[in-house]
Amino acid sequence: MNMQQAIKMTAAETALVDAYTAQIGDLPGDGAVLSLRDTLVHELKTAGLPTRRVESWHYTDLRTLLRAVPSADPSAFADRVEPIVAGSTVLSVRNGEADLKSLPEGITARSYTESLLDGSAVAGLAVLGSDDAIGRINVGLVRGGLEIAVAEGAELEAPLEIQIVQSHGQAHTRFPVSFGAGSKATVIERHLSTNAEASFVSSVTDLTLGEGADVIWIILQQQGPADTHLGQIRFDLGKNAKLHLFVINAGGKLVRQELHGRASGEGADLTLRGINLLGGESHTDVTFTLSHDVPHTTSTEIIRNVVFDRAKGVFQGKILVEKDAQKTDAKMSCNTLLLSDEGDFSAKPELEIFADDVQCGHGATVIDIDHTQLFYMLARGIPENKARAMLVNAFVAEIVEELEDDETLVEALEGVISAWLAKHA
Amino acid sequence: MLEIKNLHARIAEDGTEIIRGLNLTVKAGEVAAIMGPNGSGKSTLSYILSGREDYEVTEGEILYNGESILELDASERAAKGIFLAFQYPVEIPGVATMQFLKVAMNEQRKYRGEDELTTPEFMRRVKEAAAELKIAPEMLRRPVNVGFSGGEKKRAEILQMALLEPKLCILDETDSGLDIDALKVVADGVNALRSPDRAVVVITHYQRLLDYIIPDTVHVLYKGQVIKSGDKTLAYELEANGYADLIEAAA
Repeated sequence: MNMQQAIKMTAAETALVDAYTAQIGDLPGDGAVLSLRDTLVHELKTAGLPTRRVESWHYTDLRTLLRAVPSADPSAFADRVEPIVAGSTVLSVRNGEADLKSLPEGITARSYTESLLDGSAVAGLAVLGSDDAIGRINVGLVRGGLEIAVAEGAELEAPLEIQIVQSHGQAHTRFPVSFGAGSKATVIERHLSTNAEASFVSSVTDLTLGEGADVIWIILQQQGPADTHLGQIRFDLGKNAKLHLFVINAGGKLVRQELHGRASGEGADLTLRGINLLGGESHTDVTFTLSHDVPHTTSTEIIRNVVFDRAKGVFQGKILVEKDAQKTDAKMSCNTLLLSDEGDFSAKPELEIFADDVQCGHGATVIDIDHTQLFYMLARGIPENKARAMLVNAFVAEIVEELEDDETLVEALEGVISAWLAKHA
Repeated sequence: MLEIKNLHARIAEDGTEIIRGLNLTVKAGEVAAIMGPNGSGKSTLSYILSGREDYEVTEGEILYNGESILELDASERAAKGIFLAFQYPVEIPGVATMQFLKVAMNEQRKYRGEDELTTPEFMRRVKEAAAELKIAPEMLRRPVNVGFSGGEKKRAEILQMALLEPKLCILDETDSGLDIDALKVVADGVNALRSPDRAVVVITHYQRLLDYIIPDTVHVLYKGQVIKSGDKTLAYELEANGYADLIEAAA
C-alpha cells in the first residue's frame, strides 16, 4: 500500500473501490475492457468523487452527498413487474441480470455482458471527460444490460419497456441502442425498486438515431426512498431524426440524471421534457448538454419541478451552437413550483453560441399556486386542498399531454404523477 | 333568499373601502339586476358574495336563506348553492374540462351528503346541457377555458351553472365581449334556469342584456351603496338618461 493517494477516501469512495476489488476476476470483459475498468477505478481512487469545486457538480457535491454505498449482493432477487403501459414489450434487467425473451419483428437484443466479454463494447465505454463520474463508476462496475437494435424502417406498434428492477445492493447497467433509418418507436426506460432497502444504481444509455428515425424515449425513475440513482443518457441525432426525450423523476434519495447529446445531422430535432417530483429530504439533479453541430437543427427543452418538504433540486442545461450550425432554433425553460419554504431549487441555463444566425433563448421561473385559478376552482365547490392538488398536477401534466398521440401512455404517466402527488402532497 | 345588511367591505391588501353600507334583498324566484357606473363596486360585490379572500367584510351581514355565510369559504358557499359566473373566466391549463366538471359536481354533492354521480349519469347530464348551449364536444375535450373564444368562455360558465344547479346565481358582466347571437344563447341558458326556488343576480353595465333576461327588480349601485331600486323600467330610464341625474339626486 505505498501507492500515492491524493485524497483520504470517504466511506462511499472506499465502498466503490472495495466493490471493484471484491469482484476482480468475476467482472465480465476482454483484456481491453478489463484494463479500462482498472484505469477508471484507479482514477476514482486518486481523484475521488467530484465536489462542488468541479463546475458541472457545483450544485451536487457528490463527495459530500453520497454518504454510503450498500455492498453488492450477488444473491439479490427482484421480481419482474407489470409494464406501465399494458401490452408493452418488456425487457427486464433485474439486479443487473438481463432477461431476454422473444421480441417482435424489427427489433433485436442481446445481453450486454456478452459485448463486454467479446470486447465489442469497449469503443462505447469511453468517459465523456474528467468530470464524468457516472461514466467512471459505471465502466468500473458494469456487469450487464442490453444491446438493442431497431431495424431500418421498423415501426414498433407497442411500446418497448426496458425494466431495470432493483431490490437492494448495487446494479450497474448499460444500454447501447441504435435506431435504423426511418424507424419509429416508443421506449420506456424504467428504473424502479421493489422495496425500501438501499440500492446504489448506475446506468448509462447510449442512443444512436439514424436518418429520419422518430423516437420517443421516456426515462421513468421510481427508485426507493433510500436509493442512489446515477443515470446518464447519451444521444446522437442523425439527419432529420426526431427524438422526444422525456425524463420523469419520481423517487430516489440522491439522484443525478445526465443527458448529453448532439444534433449531428441537418434537420435533427430534439424535444426534451422533464418532470421532477421532489419530496422528503431528497436531492435530484438533471444535467443536460446539447451540441448543435450542423445547420438547421432545432430543440426545445421544458423542465417542470414541484418541490415539497426539504427536497432539493437542480437543473443545469447547456446548449452549445457550433460555428457552422446556422439557423439553429433552441428554446429552453425551467419552471419550478416551490411548495415549501424549506425546499430549494437551483436552475442554471446556459447558451454558448458560436454561429451568428440563430434563434436561441432560455428562461427560468419560480412560482407559487396561481390564486386566481385557485379561487375559480373554489368558487365551483372544489375544496381548497383538492383544488391545490389539481393545480400542482396540472402544472406537470400539461407537458405529459404533449404525448397525446398515445392516450394509454399519457394515462399511464399521469397515473404515476397523481400517485406520487397523493403520497406527498 | 339573499339579504345584505349594511355591508362594509374593503380590499384586504391596502384597506381601500369599496362597499360602504350596502343593503339589498333578493327573494327566491326573483331576477335582480344590479347596474351602476364603472368603479361603483359591482364586481367587488360579486366576489364578496362568492367568498374571495382578497376582500374583508368590516361591518354588516350577508344572510343566505337566513344564515350568515361570512364564515364559509368559497367552496362551502358554492356547495350550498351560490354560483358566480365570472366576468373573466379563468384558464386552467393542464386540467381537463370534463375532469373539472366531474370533480366540482361530485365535491358539491359530497358536501351536501349526496351520493356521487356515476360516470354514465355524469356524461349524460353534460351531453344534454352542452347541446342546449350549443357547446361542441371538442370544446369539452380541451383544458378548462384554454383556447376558448370570449363567447365560448361565457357559454362554458353557463354550462357549469346548469350542471351545478345552484340556488343563487350571480352573473358578473356576462354580456361583456359577446356578440348578439352569443348573447341570445347565454340569455336562453339563464332563462331556462329561472324557477320559483332560484334567484338570479345579474350584474351589468348596460341595459342590453336585460332585453333578454328580463329582471323583476333593478338596483343602482354607486360608491358601494344601492342608491335607487325599482322595477325593469328603471333600466330603461338609465339607458335613456345615464347615471348622472341619479347620482346627483343621491348626493
